[in-house]
Parts: sequence; C-alpha cells; structure tokens
Amino acid sequence: MTRYIRHAAAFSLLLLIALLVNLTRIQVLDAPSYNANPANGRTTMSRYARARGDVYAGRTRLTGSVRTGGTLAWQRAYTAGPVFAPVTGYASQAYGTTLLENAGDPVLSGTDPALSAAPLWNAVTRRPVRGGRVVSTVDPAAQRAAYRALGVRTGAVAALDPSTGRILALVSTPSYDPAEVAGDGRGALAAWRRLTTDPRQPMLNRAIRQTYPPGSTFTVVTAAAALDSGAVTGPDAATDSPDPYTPPGTGDRLADRTPRCRDATVRYAFEAGCDTVFARLGVRVGLPGMVGAARAFGFDDPGTSIPSHVSESVFDTSMNDARLARSCVGQDDTRATPLQMAMVAAAVADGGTVMAPYLIDRETDATGRTVRTTRPRPLGRAMSGRTAAVLADLMAGAVTDGTGTGAAVPGARVGGTSGTARTGTGDRGTPYAWYVSWARPARAATAPVAVAVVVEDTAAARTGASGGGSAAPVARAVMKAALGGGG
Amino acid sequence: MSAPRAAAPVAPVRQPRRRGVELSLLAAAVLIALFGYVNVGLAQDGRVPRGVLLYGPALCVPVVLAHLAVRWRAPYADPLLLPIAVLLNGMGLVLIHRLDLATPHERAGAPSQVIWSSLGMTLCVAVVVLLRDHRVLARYGYVSMAVALALLVVPIFFPAINGARIWIREGALSIQPGEFAKILLAVFFAAYLAANSNALAYTGRRVLWKVQLPTGRVLGPILLVWAMSIGVLVLETDLGTSLLFFGLFVVMLYVATGRRGWIAVGLMLAAAGAGVVGSLEPHVHSRVVDWLHPFASIRAGQGAGQLAEALFAFAAGGLLGTGLGRGHSILIGFAAKSDFIVATAGEELGLAGVTVLILLYALLVARGFRAGLAVRDAFGRLLAVGLATIVALQVFVIVGGVTDLIPLTGMAMPFLAQGGSSVVTNWIIVALLIRLSDSARAPGPLEAETGVIAMVRPSGGLEF
Repeated sequence: MTRYIRHAAAFSLLLLIALLVNLTRIQVLDAPSYNANPANGRTTMSRYARARGDVYAGRTRLTGSVRTGGTLAWQRAYTAGPVFAPVTGYASQAYGTTLLENAGDPVLSGTDPALSAAPLWNAVTRRPVRGGRVVSTVDPAAQRAAYRALGVRTGAVAALDPSTGRILALVSTPSYDPAEVAGDGRGALAAWRRLTTDPRQPMLNRAIRQTYPPGSTFTVVTAAAALDSGAVTGPDAATDSPDPYTPPGTGDRLADRTPRCRDATVRYAFEAGCDTVFARLGVRVGLPGMVGAARAFGFDDPGTSIPSHVSESVFDTSMNDARLARSCVGQDDTRATPLQMAMVAAAVADGGTVMAPYLIDRETDATGRTVRTTRPRPLGRAMSGRTAAVLADLMAGAVTDGTGTGAAVPGARVGGTSGTARTGTGDRGTPYAWYVSWARPARAATAPVAVAVVVEDTAAARTGASGGGSAAPVARAVMKAALGGGG
Repeated sequence: MSAPRAAAPVAPVRQPRRRGVELSLLAAAVLIALFGYVNVGLAQDGRVPRGVLLYGPALCVPVVLAHLAVRWRAPYADPLLLPIAVLLNGMGLVLIHRLDLATPHERAGAPSQVIWSSLGMTLCVAVVVLLRDHRVLARYGYVSMAVALALLVVPIFFPAINGARIWIREGALSIQPGEFAKILLAVFFAAYLAANSNALAYTGRRVLWKVQLPTGRVLGPILLVWAMSIGVLVLETDLGTSLLFFGLFVVMLYVATGRRGWIAVGLMLAAAGAGVVGSLEPHVHSRVVDWLHPFASIRAGQGAGQLAEALFAFAAGGLLGTGLGRGHSILIGFAAKSDFIVATAGEELGLAGVTVLILLYALLVARGFRAGLAVRDAFGRLLAVGLATIVALQVFVIVGGVTDLIPLTGMAMPFLAQGGSSVVTNWIIVALLIRLSDSARAPGPLEAETGVIAMVRPSGGLEF
C-alpha cells in the first residue's frame, strides 16, 4: 500500500503544481494583456484613486480635484472653467480628456516615468506616484481680458509671444464649464448631452479647431510674398493694379468699395483696404510663390500641435488665376484658424521668423521639480527681415491712420489689420469680423504679444466694412493685458 | 493492500514530540495573521486598526487551547498540521475582513467567520481530546455513509441559492451539509475499502482481455457512490462536490487495491457523467462555456464576467501583488469572499503570496499522506490518504476553477473562504490528521495492538 500512497501523494502534488504553473501564466506571462484589457476596471479606478495633478497658468491654478464619495474617488474641478476651457480642456471620468488635460495626462495622472525618481524601485514597491503639474504658457490676465472682451458674442482669440511662440491666450466663446462633465454620473451625462447638442457649439475650441476665411487679414501674407518676390518694388511704389480687376483668363471681376484703389501703393491699399491691389499682386507673384509664402507662415500643415492638435489652415495649392486672386485676399477656399493668423502677425512682429506655437511651458512633479520644459522652436522664415520691417510699418500705419484705429494701446506701438469673413457657402454664411495685430511697448526692442481675434458680427456683413469695428477692441484689451502683465 | 507491509516494524527509538516546534510555529502563524490585519488597516485608513488589541489576544485563546489539547492527548502529532491550519485560517480572516471594508453596504463576513472558526477549533479540540483512537471510527463506516447521504439529500428540499441546491438556510444562518458529508464519506470509504480491498483487487470475473470485474456484492457500493455523485450533480447542480466525491473515491480505491484499472474505470465513468451533464444541464453547461470563453461577455459588449474579473485580479497582482488592502478584487462582485477569495490573495499578495498559500496546502496534504504512510492500520492509512486527498482536490477544483484551468465550480477554498460549514469541516479534518499522525508516531500499546490486528486478519481489513 505504501507504494500506492506515494502514487496518490504524487498525484495530489501534481495537481497543485499544475495550479502554480497556471498561476504563473496568468500573473506573469499573460498579465500585460489582461491589464491592458479595456474591460478591466482597474485602469479607471487607479486613475481616479488619487487627486489629479493640476494645470497652472503661471502661478494661477486652473484646476483642482474634489472627492466624489463613489467608486472613482476623485474628480476634476476647475477654478475658472469657462474662461480657461479652451486651454485646459476637460478631464472626465466618462468622456476622457482633451487639450492640456489630454496632452499633459501622463504627468497629471502620475503615470509619466519621468515623475518618479527611482522608476524601477517604484515598479517594485507599487507606491503610487502623485500627479505632477502642467504649467501652461497662458497669461491669465490676457486670457481673462479676452474672455471678458468677447462677452456674449461668438468668437475666438489666440495670442502669442512672437519671439518664442508661447501661447498667451486661447479663448473661445460661447464656452462651457468642464467641471460639468468631469464626473461619470447622471449630471455629467445630462451636461454632456446638452453641450454636445447645443447649436452654438460651446465645446468647440474655435481658437485652434475652427477655420474661417481670413478675409483681408490674409493680405499680410500676400504683401509679404509680393515684397519678397519683387512683384512690387516697395510699399510706396505704384502697383499697376486696375479697379475693378479681372484676373487673366477669367470673366471674374473684383471691385473695391474703397475709393482711390486703382494703381494705389501697397501702403495706401493696406491702410484703406484695397482688395483689388492684393489680388493683382498675388496673381503677379503666381500660384507657386503664394503657396510657398503661405506655407512659410504655417498654412497647409496638417501636423501642427501645441501639443494638442491644431486644425490645418488651408491655402489651396492648385487653382486658376480667378480663384488665386480671391484666395490672396483671404476668400475662396482660403481658411485659417485664429492661432494661424496670430502666427502671421507674430512673424511680422518678430522680423520674419515664425516660431512654433506651444501651450505647455513646463511639467513638474508634485513638489514642483521640473521634469520637462518646452524650448522655443523656430518653424522657419516667412519673409526677409526687411520685408517684415516694411509690413510692421504698414500695420502700424493702419492703426494710426487706417482701418484699425480701435486697436491703439497707449504707450505702445501697435500694428494691426482687419478683415471680414463668412463661414459657410456663398453670402449666406455667418459673417465674422477679424482683427490681427501685435503690440510693442514704446521703449522695447521686441513685440511681446501678437493676437488674432475673430468675432461673429452681423453688422460687418451689412456694411461690408472691415473687422476694425467689433474685433479691434477685443485685440486691444488682450494686448493691453499682456503688456500690463509684464509680458 | 498487502498485509505484511501494513505490519511494518516500528523503530524502537522513542520519537521526539516536537511540541515546542509547534508552539513557536503557532506563534509565527498568529503574528503573520495579525500583521496582515494591521497591514489592511494601514493600507485603507493609514493607521493601525484598534481591533488589533482585541483580536490579537482573542485569536491566541483558541490557538493556545488547541495546542494544549494536542500536548495533552496527541503529544506525538505532526507539529506542522496545527500551525498551517491556523495560518491559513488567519489569512482567510484577514482577506475576508479586507473585502468587508470594500463592501460597506453588505453584511460583514469576518465576524461570523470568526465565530465559525472558533467553533471549528473547538470541535478540533474536542476531536483530539475525545477521539483517543481513530480506529473507533471504522466501526461506524456504514452509519457514516447513511448520514452522509442524508446530508446530501436534505438541501434538495430547500430552495436553490445562486443556482445550486446545497444550502440549508434559516434566517441569517446557512449551512452547507455537503461539507460535513466529505469527512463522513472518507470514513466510509476507508472502512469499506480496508475491509474489502482484497475482494476488489483479486476476485471477480474476467470479462475482457485482462479486464476483471469484481463480484456484484463488492461492486455494489462503488456503483452506489457513482450514482450518488451523479445524483448530487443533477439534483443539486453542484459540479464541484460531485467531482470531489468521485475523485476521492477513485484515489482511495487505487490506494487500497493498487489496481490502475480502477483509475481507468473511474475516469471513464466520471468523463461519461460529466460529459452528459455538462452538455445537458444548463447551469453546468454555462460554466463549461465560461471556462472555454472567459472573455465572451466582453466581446459581446456586456463587460467583464466574473471569471474574467478574477483573471484581471490575478494579473493585476503580478509577481509581488498590490499589497493587502490595495487591490480591486471586489470588482469580481458576487462570491468574492467565498469561491473567489483566492483571487484577492492573487491580486494583493501576488504570485509570491499565492504560491506560499498553495505550498502551505501542499505541505498540509503532504503531511496527511505522510501520516498515511506511517500509521499502522489499513483503515488509518486509507483515512489519512482520503483526508489529504479531500484537501488537495478542493484546492485544485476551486483554484483551477477561478484561474480558468478547469470549469468553475462552487467550492470553498479550505480555511480561506468565507463559509462556516467549510471551515468547521476543515478543522475536523485537521483534528483527524493530528490524531492519525499521533497514532503513527506514538510509542506504547498501540504498537502491539496494530500488529496483532494485522496478523489476525491477513486481509488487512477491520470488522465493522
């Protein structure tokens, strides 16, 4: 019997060994695939088990966390939700993350390996790493000023530091409070339904995710191309342009409402707003030249990210002269995000260099130790320094004498240009007023702020006037705040 | 079995008692369990739970009593049995308490489990003190069978709970009579086989080439047992218990007769029964489907099923675990404290912790078999083998079930899982193993007695 007892014992041990082998398979070999399974609730639970790190604008904290008392222990809160929503985005238990909450998620949620001083040791001890901070480049004063200036109107503001590409403001109205969708309960669901079905699209980030025809503000690009290519010898030279103008090979006729545009100088055309002059110049530069110039400013780049994705601003690459003529004055299929137009103004203010725009200044761990810093990165040169100086002069002239007087800031040199646009097809779309500008304090060498404003403005459509009336004061408010804050 | 082997000569040297070893191991077991309890408190609230001052001494009382009982009545018992049981029971309490904290709206499981554990240890003490000689049990073989059958049949008249008719519920108290039946059946099998092993092994007609069937009189009880386990399966839809009974019987039959044919016959019968029931009975069939496709519900868009959640829990634990109180095994939901308790151990203690637990069971089983090897009478040997096999099969069936190795069947993890009947039963098993190991190693009159019985009855059987 002893032998058979030994057999039975061996059999029993074999069963237990089978268990250990199988456990090793599950807990070690196959564990990664189980852990990554989307149905595994642990990912979510551990994510909300601790307070999320916060998003800052300078020293201003934009976010917070509140206890829920539920299974997902913490949820996101926002200190000034609607104002900063186009910067922070939302971090929702039910609907994921967007914008900075998305781009900075590894740091905010504490999963970024850079946060832990000893990653291997942490992997062994499984001690949860506290979420770090994401410090945005946004200037809270400029952001608030822009939000306040837009008020109840539909519109957007993008402001940049021309010499670095730091984004100083990203505002979109109407806005929403991201705190409303932060949870995963019935309240969040109702808010989500309401916000996503609202025809005014409060969750649309118009500053970077909506493109508008830039209208006359695009003439800055056209003028830069014309001056750089030699299509016109200087700002004060006659441009040899008719009014009305019929581009070659077409029956299309463009006419200006502004007087004295025939054969005007670039300076006059810029200050008075002569579209025929820039249409003529653009056709003279030619399609390849215009495409090259637009690309140098950042158009036609589908990969722009700040690091959140920015919608592609478009300058069509194949069209006939009639369309090219209209495209050169920001119509036809030409479309730009407010951020793109701010980059155009910034290039003028920064001597022709286009800096890559960025929204994250630095990321730190929970104690404030910096783990990552964004370095300013030039995208390229959009025009020669001389051309930039000429354009800066033209834009400043437009503020002092021309279409954009509403943008003047006391004690600073301001350059700007206005435009109108219609979203949608034909003349029936919603009209928008543009203003694109930069400002430099009187004794400073560089301009610390460039801004683009787009505002829904039914009056602009009626009068056909430029955007100076309704958009310029918004730009002025942002520039004033940016300069006042020490830039 | 063969009689000469049963009458193996006993070493004349006096065996060491090793009660001091047992006491120090017991202290370690209690300390580990208390440490686990403190650990859970620290992980959940960040402070040492106040209960430690109450539970520490409270836990020590029955442990010390059990130790004293062993010292008094079974001084030569295996010193590992009691500490292993205390450690497993203690860790079970810790895990149940930990899951109680995660389910504040449910009735806490740990307090009642403490009461059942105390009852179990009391019964363990009672068995050790009152059962002076295990061979007394051999007299009650058929009585045991009758009682076991009755215990198995009774729950059929009670409403099904969670798809299985294995509980008797009266108010807050629920008893699983099938648990107690395990021991009774082991006693019956041991007594029956000790008496009839030769008849089973060597008599009967040769029906086919080399296949020899025992006579009907001897075969009857075997068929009865087979029918019983199938009956349990069909009427109570309790696949686990059925598998356990059948496995237990086949193993004991093999040990008693040494005939591999029995294993083949047993496996074929089990396979046939399981195959038919698995494809026809809906409750069992769904378990088989879950086993084959644990992630089917995820693919169907209904979220993770229980088995998938258990696998996630094990995976989340990885090699070293999340630490006690830091896992999310509560996601398993229903039965997390009972059938799936080992998944909590897997998540919070990791592969390292579960391996330790499995090795503790392996050690317990090995000590059971060792007692079986050392004890001198056939009944004692078979009983020890049976009890050890019960533990091994239970662990295999339930851990294999929750780790998707075999179809999941409701079965309590010995000592760990919440369930009063199970914990009491396992304490009695440990008590019997203590008694058997003591008889195996104790010097004195037993020695001669055993020899006499073996010589007088060359069949090696005992009358009952």
